[in-house]
Amino acid sequence: MDLISPRVYLCGIGAVSPAGWGTMALEQALEAGEPLPIQPLERFGWEAPLRFRPVPPPRERPAFFGHPRMRRASAITHYTAAAGLEALAGLPTEIREHRLGIIVCLQVGPVQYASRLFQEILANPSMASPMLFPETVFSAPASHVAALIGEPPVATTVLGDASSFLQGLALATDWLAQGMVEVALVVSAEELNWLSADAARLFNRNGVCAAGAAAVCLTGESRLGIGAELELITDAVPYAAARPCGKAAVEMRQQFPPGTPQELLCDTQGGAPAPCRAERTAWADWPGARRSPRKILGEGFVAAAGWQCVTAIHAVSSRQYAAANVSVVGCTQQTIGARFIPA
Amino acid sequence: MLFPSPRLSAVSSPRVVVTGAGIVTALGMGWRSNVDGFRSGRTAFRPVQRFDVSSHRAKVAAEVDLPNTLPPSKLSHRQQTRLSHADRLLLHCALECWERAGWPPSDSLPVVLGTTAAGMVLGEDYYRQALASPTCHSRQPTRALHYQAQTQARLMTAALGCAGPILILSNACATGANAIGHAWELIRTGKTTRALAGGYEGLASLLFAGFDSLQALSPTICRPFDANRNGLALGEGAALLALETLDSARERSAEILGEIIGYGTTIDLHHLTQPHPEGNAALKSMQLACQAAGITPAEVDYINAHGTGTVLNDAAEAIAITRWAGSLVSTLPVSSTKASIGHLLGAAGAVEAVVCLMALREQFLPPELAFETPDPACTFPVINRPRAAKLEVALSNSFGFGGINATLIFKRWI
Repeated sequence: MDLISPRVYLCGIGAVSPAGWGTMALEQALEAGEPLPIQPLERFGWEAPLRFRPVPPPRERPAFFGHPRMRRASAITHYTAAAGLEALAGLPTEIREHRLGIIVCLQVGPVQYASRLFQEILANPSMASPMLFPETVFSAPASHVAALIGEPPVATTVLGDASSFLQGLALATDWLAQGMVEVALVVSAEELNWLSADAARLFNRNGVCAAGAAAVCLTGESRLGIGAELELITDAVPYAAARPCGKAAVEMRQQFPPGTPQELLCDTQGGAPAPCRAERTAWADWPGARRSPRKILGEGFVAAAGWQCVTAIHAVSSRQYAAANVSVVGCTQQTIGARFIPA
Repeated sequence: MLFPSPRLSAVSSPRVVVTGAGIVTALGMGWRSNVDGFRSGRTAFRPVQRFDVSSHRAKVAAEVDLPNTLPPSKLSHRQQTRLSHADRLLLHCALECWERAGWPPSDSLPVVLGTTAAGMVLGEDYYRQALASPTCHSRQPTRALHYQAQTQARLMTAALGCAGPILILSNACATGANAIGHAWELIRTGKTTRALAGGYEGLASLLFAGFDSLQALSPTICRPFDANRNGLALGEGAALLALETLDSARERSAEILGEIIGYGTTIDLHHLTQPHPEGNAALKSMQLACQAAGITPAEVDYINAHGTGTVLNDAAEAIAITRWAGSLVSTLPVSSTKASIGHLLGAAGAVEAVVCLMALREQFLPPELAFETPDPACTFPVINRPRAAKLEVALSNSFGFGGINATLIFKRWI
């Protein structure tokens, strides 16, 4: 069959997670293999608090906090910026500032400011702060980060469950194939408050929510690469009455090669029970190693799918594995997978 | 496989036509009632009924009164009882679009939707109950689930009896146009032969209060491009387009409503909520769309402007249009249909795309009856009386918070 996509290389990764700011902290936590400590999150009207894994404060105040766009921005924008800048760090300035496309993927989105704004509206609508509303818009993080980075020709925001991060990667490959940009930065980010943790608990009683971001940078130029290549992104297999989560997960799995003991699977385990069951069945025959970032870091929604990809890319670019597959079985929308190989 | 992706179309850069359209606005349900409303320039604003606005500066919006029942669909009774207002807006227009397109059921139909707030009303209800009755979880799981845009999209595909990859874009007020533009690109690059695309938005008190807090809402009348304009008015609604290759449409002898010939998108980083005063990114967006379409400004017969009615947006857009059209600007008809139905945010670009198709198909210019005194920056004629016109090409602008701009260009199909 005629293929229309050129080869795509990874040219940067970045992460902010409950393990800290940077991919190094993420990798160290995943290597250690121990779930990170859980913190209490006060929930109005409850004696027992909710449980979550927040992002710790950065060891040093990042320089970008001083940018005019960042001063009033929400935590989700800070995470997006930090992960994005880390992923872009190795790229030439000219490309970073003028030939870059930005895709930000969210599920929960800017919930902290949205909750504050609604609280103010309930108290007295005429006194609601005009500073808050613009920051509640889903596209705010992408806009702020674009302004921080330079003058990118294009940016967009994708909404959805965890699967949307891999859809973002697929969109990035389209932009590269069409020549719209030379490099595409795909960032997933989530922030948390009691409201989103409360809602998540309804679907995963024992789950622990987490905040943070992950960034992956793609290019068609092998000279810019960090030693890893995107080999495939499966179809996004949507859930439907005739195609429940389990069947969709199997359809996604069937689009991967069978695998070898020298390969890694970065999976969704540690998330909501039903998708995890479906994923376990779909990948029951997997012969290689497995890594489950959510078990260590928590349920970071779209950010967690990004952490899966970041650790997979790190694993192949550092030659630990011959290939790394990412399996994302979303909570509410669809399944999708990706495969990375050494370049 | 999304990557590497197979080329499904044998033709390089196939032409993309519209074979189905659905629209719901405060002017009415469906194509015909909206054509009648836009042709006459009727306005659909009324005092807000859905929530309390007594403490706000602005008091009106273009709310949609939906019928109590949905047209026949594949949804179960249980699914129908759980639908939110935003779900229903989307479903009404999706069912109209689907029927008009006449597509057979498919389990691989790409769906691209735009929204800014998805099921925000459910989020508000969740928040209220979580505070008022912290230990009561009744209906909270449904609210949490249906609040999310992907749930609304899945319900829509279930209602139509189809399935396929769902992509949801949220680029504020440009996102409906971005969704259509992305679907157009999917077909043009051979990734699919058909796609369903559009946008939807339900009015929510958080949105109303948010815009009111910015003093962006007009306390009087929304008059885009008028020298005395003082803000926008909010509305709600939905619009969807069934897009397919020309070959596919011809093969099945489908009725063609129009052709999409160009799309451009840019980002304006001047400010989170304010456009560059010279309209630089808006200009670039129009230029990119024209470049994709292979046309010059001289070939555009009508512009459906973003035209929110705010001082800053309209001034920047007027300058951008003037710079783009050059000496032709003095005879280029422009109007903003937000004067009739308000600003539909995530649905705006999609609804205005359907308005352009209506104008091309039925050969009229949608007027803004409230427009009286031109802003000095408006060097183009703003249509303020109902008028028939010979139109071949129409251009639609959509600009959003955060700076995403999008332009779509449509061609008449005879």
